Amino acid sequence: MTSQTAHAEPAEAAIADTTAIAVDVDRVSKIFRGETEVRALDDVSVGIRKNEFFTLLGPSGCGKTTLLRLIAGFEPPTMGAIRLGTRDISRLPPNQRPINTVFQNYALFPHMSVAQNIAFGLEMLGKPKAEVQRTVDEMLRLVRMEELKNRRTSEISGGQQQRVALARALAPHPEVLLLDEPLSALDLKLRKDMQIELKRLQHETGITFIFVTHDQEEALTMSDRVAVMSAGKILQVGRPRDIYERPAERFVANFIGESNFLDATLSGGTVELAAGGRFDVRVPEGVRDGAVSVLVRPEHASVRSGEAAEGETGATVENVVYSGEATVVHLRLATGEAMKIRLANAPQGGEAPPQTGGAAAIRIAPGAVTVLKD
Amino acid sequence: MSAQAETPFPPGALEREAETADTRRRWLLSLPAIAIIVCAAAGPLLVMVIYSFLTPGDYGNVKWEFSLEGWMNTIVQRDIFDDTLIWADAHLSIFWRSFSLSLITTILTLIIGVPTAWFVATQPPGRREFWLFLVTVPFWTNLLVRTIAIQELIRSEGVINLVLLKIGIIDEPLQMMFTDFAIGFGMTYVYLPLMVLPVYAAVDKLDFRLVEAAHDLYASRWTAFRRVILPLIKPGIIAGSILVFVPCLGAYVTPRVLGGGKNLMFGNLIELQFGAGRNWPLGAALSLMLMAAVMVALIFYVRITSREKADG
Ligand SMILES: Nc1ncnc2c1ncn2[C@@H]1O[C@H](COP(=O)(O)OP(=O)(O)OP(=O)(O)O)[C@@H](O)[C@H]1O
Ligand SMILES: [Mg+2]
Repeated sequence: MTSQTAHAEPAEAAIADTTAIAVDVDRVSKIFRGETEVRALDDVSVGIRKNEFFTLLGPSGCGKTTLLRLIAGFEPPTMGAIRLGTRDISRLPPNQRPINTVFQNYALFPHMSVAQNIAFGLEMLGKPKAEVQRTVDEMLRLVRMEELKNRRTSEISGGQQQRVALARALAPHPEVLLLDEPLSALDLKLRKDMQIELKRLQHETGITFIFVTHDQEEALTMSDRVAVMSAGKILQVGRPRDIYERPAERFVANFIGESNFLDATLSGGTVELAAGGRFDVRVPEGVRDGAVSVLVRPEHASVRSGEAAEGETGATVENVVYSGEATVVHLRLATGEAMKIRLANAPQGGEAPPQTGGAAAIRIAPGAVTVLKD
Repeated sequence: MSAQAETPFPPGALEREAETADTRRRWLLSLPAIAIIVCAAAGPLLVMVIYSFLTPGDYGNVKWEFSLEGWMNTIVQRDIFDDTLIWADAHLSIFWRSFSLSLITTILTLIIGVPTAWFVATQPPGRREFWLFLVTVPFWTNLLVRTIAIQELIRSEGVINLVLLKIGIIDEPLQMMFTDFAIGFGMTYVYLPLMVLPVYAAVDKLDFRLVEAAHDLYASRWTAFRRVILPLIKPGIIAGSILVFVPCLGAYVTPRVLGGGKNLMFGNLIELQFGAGRNWPLGAALSLMLMAAVMVALIFYVRITSREKADG
């Protein structure tokens, strides 16, 4: 570290970059050896920045919990290193890491009251009694649980337990807070409230949050950045908007939001859809000219009844589904490919959507076509 | 509730009727249990209470004459020659030995039993049954046989002495038989499963994610044990301690075989009164005293352990 300070400008920029990193996961693999070998994490690298709300998103069994447990220190990595800032913590036991966890099942101590649960971490750190008391009161206020502080944790509701788990993990003011699907047990209404509350807490405390969910909407609405995982690998890391609008792979596109995948031919910076139409695109690294697969989000195209004009693509309407704020039109292109388009609903009396069985003209918005890696 | 105003019954009448029927049914269903409790526990106890207030018969048994002699004899003895009363300090020392040996045995079974139970409970599920089986195997053998096996281990020409002599740690055999050590050793061995099983059940129920949570909140291994694990497996430890301590107080076979004639325990003292002593009322009174002592000890124990709980 000391030798690096003497380096020239580019190196300094690199240092500035690493100081902004809170948790550095460096080529980490985790293999569980049992009757069969499970590669739960496969060469995962990701840098989580300070004060960031970072979300791990992926289907069940993709290794989200495993990654959190490695960062928390409950399991050692089989290969690779985990650093806190620049300090390697891979071999540090969990009680020596300034990292706290909100467990999926909350894991509140059943033999202690709400206040005692929250005080536990502070007491373990050997804080003076007065300070423990003060911080516990502050935490109770933060999660709005003052009235229930003397209750047993078995005598409060699921949502309240969740808030206590949060307060307990925040009380020692860790550098990083890990949250493993903390909202999954809550009903929709409470879940929405807690999402807002979590964002508020992260903002007020300035702690780095690493949040695990398999709910894509939750990930998109709450996160500064999202990492999409599948089968022990991180496929893409980016801001919610980038992940949604510029997914790198078919899996990411499919996992987040609704997608149309269309065949096309790439040449230079433009693609020609098999069904017709040329679009300027950004070519991802490693994709060469030739046959490619492209993504068009259903709301990034529009459709009207009638024959296709210049710049439009012809199709037949297969189905029209009304769903409140939008209408989804299912179409069949001339190439035989299926496509669905989502139209925002205008007040009644406006332009009527196309009718089932009729001819339709599709217009894809410029910039709506994304080339996928696979 | 307001909808009920339309029914022809005054509010609550239906509930009350259902309740009385319910109570009646519950009483009927619990009759067998009550019968067993009366026959197996209350009846014999009553016999003991009555016998303790009667006069000893000449060849054992009792004469139906009221007497307080049985109870008096628990603490004082009538001198054979001049009829003066002297303290029955033999009884007291026997009682004290029983109490302290039982306590030591309970502590030893705790020290050995809790880690054992922990070890078994943390084995992978498939292997636990095997270890549990090993723990319970001694139950399959008669107590007397097991005790004689212990004797074989610790007597002067026994296995332990032979080994110690061979490797030269001692020059002459240790006298272990017929000592309090022998009794404590034997009882610890005999009652160990009674400690392991309830503690195992408690550890088995323990949610290990709570232990992880404790570590996550900066608890070292020892503090996590003291602050989280111990309070959560305490019910098992209490149950195990009671299961060991109570039968130890009244133990009979083990002290008889390993303690010889000199080192009596309370159970042997009672047995003596019903046998060679031919003093059934004294035996009955001593039994009741033992029962009372056990109850007092249990109440104290539960009080102390549950107060800790309330304090957090
Ligand atoms: N202790 C373990 N021993 C063996 N395999 C394990 C262990 N823990 C996890 N795995 C395996 O590792 C893979 C990743 O598990 P992980 O719990 O990280 O998934 P996840 O992404 O958190 O899934 P979910 O959304 O269902 O919680 C799974 O295939 C799982 O079966
Ligand atoms: Mg998980």
